[in-house]
Amino acid sequence: MGSALACDDVYLPATVSTAVKLLVVGHFAVGKTTFVGTLSEIRPLRTEETMTQAGALTDDLRGVPDKTTTTVALDFGRLTLNDHLVLYLFGAPGQQRFTRLWEDMTRGALGALVLADTRRLEHSFDVMGLLEEYGLPYAVAVNRFDDAPEFAEEELREALDLLPETPLVTCDARDPRSSTEALISLVQYLSAREGQEPA
Amino acid sequence: MTAPRPGRRGLVRPYVITEGRAHPTRDTFDLVTLVIATGAEPGALSPEKDRVLRLCRGGALSVAEVAGHLGIPVSVTKVLLGDLADDGLILTRSPVPSARPTEPRILQEVLDGLRARL
Ligand SMILES: Nc1nc2c(ncn2[C@@H]2O[C@H](COP(=O)(O)OP(=O)(O)OP(=O)(O)O)[C@@H](O)[C@H]2O)c(=O)[nH]1
Ligand SMILES: [Mg+2]
Repeated sequence: MGSALACDDVYLPATVSTAVKLLVVGHFAVGKTTFVGTLSEIRPLRTEETMTQAGALTDDLRGVPDKTTTTVALDFGRLTLNDHLVLYLFGAPGQQRFTRLWEDMTRGALGALVLADTRRLEHSFDVMGLLEEYGLPYAVAVNRFDDAPEFAEEELREALDLLPETPLVTCDARDPRSSTEALISLVQYLSAREGQEPA
Repeated sequence: MTAPRPGRRGLVRPYVITEGRAHPTRDTFDLVTLVIATGAEPGALSPEKDRVLRLCRGGALSVAEVAGHLGIPVSVTKVLLGDLADDGLILTRSPVPSARPTEPRILQEVLDGLRARL
């Protein structure tokens, strides 16, 4: 009673006091929503932000449609990791540069998982560049689409122009185990960067 | 052509339901800041604030979840939560993350939590 949502497991356990976030990013139709949905313990949520390009005059927009207005969708899910720690996954496209949403998403994020598709690897450059501009460390997970060409790891690394230390894994975003393993690779990398090799 | 005006990057629709303010008064809320109702009795609230407060009464949620459940943009949700916090109706349950929380302990806990799911 009193609360707006009937379902109890919508809410976090009362003991949870720390929340962290990881981003799941990539180009159009690469599997971001699938990945977040596969791992989330809650029904994945989506928020939409109406954005204007930098320089638009907010005050003048009341009632006046603006051609530069776009809608940015953000999918997110939740994983309660222990009695006091919760991890949020945010899935977002990389095209919208310098929006408030990207600032919100990257601020305080531990790192990002870039989903890639071997049929159009070059489409991943934009989002990788964006992460680099924001200084956010990332790992790359290649989703295995059925008709996608196979490449050796070295070819993929070269095609994506990855640093030697950047983790590169394959994953099926529809599979919880495979998706969890991709996140583990990312967090191991983040941990190693902090000079704390995980046990 | 008008010259670009830095700092005026804008939200459009929020203007109406946040009573004219497109940005929160304080930069208190991150997407994953956890919020919960204090249980204090509100005075008269706008319908939007009332919806937010009712949702927050059930337990702790992140700012992003409040936005997602209510179908309100995150930017607007932050303004509404800021007002509710000012009125003592909600409080934040987690510290605001710093620019880059690189505490090794947290990363290790995330790792352990993920491994436990395999
Ligand atoms: N074979 C295979 N198919 C996948 C995988 N991940 C996603 N798909 C499929 O690819 C399609 C697109 O996936 P989405 O999760 O909607 O991709 P998205 O990145 O959220 O797409 P946008 O939000 O439109 O940019 C869906 O039909 C998924 O079922 C994967 O790992 N393997
Ligand atoms: Mg999607």
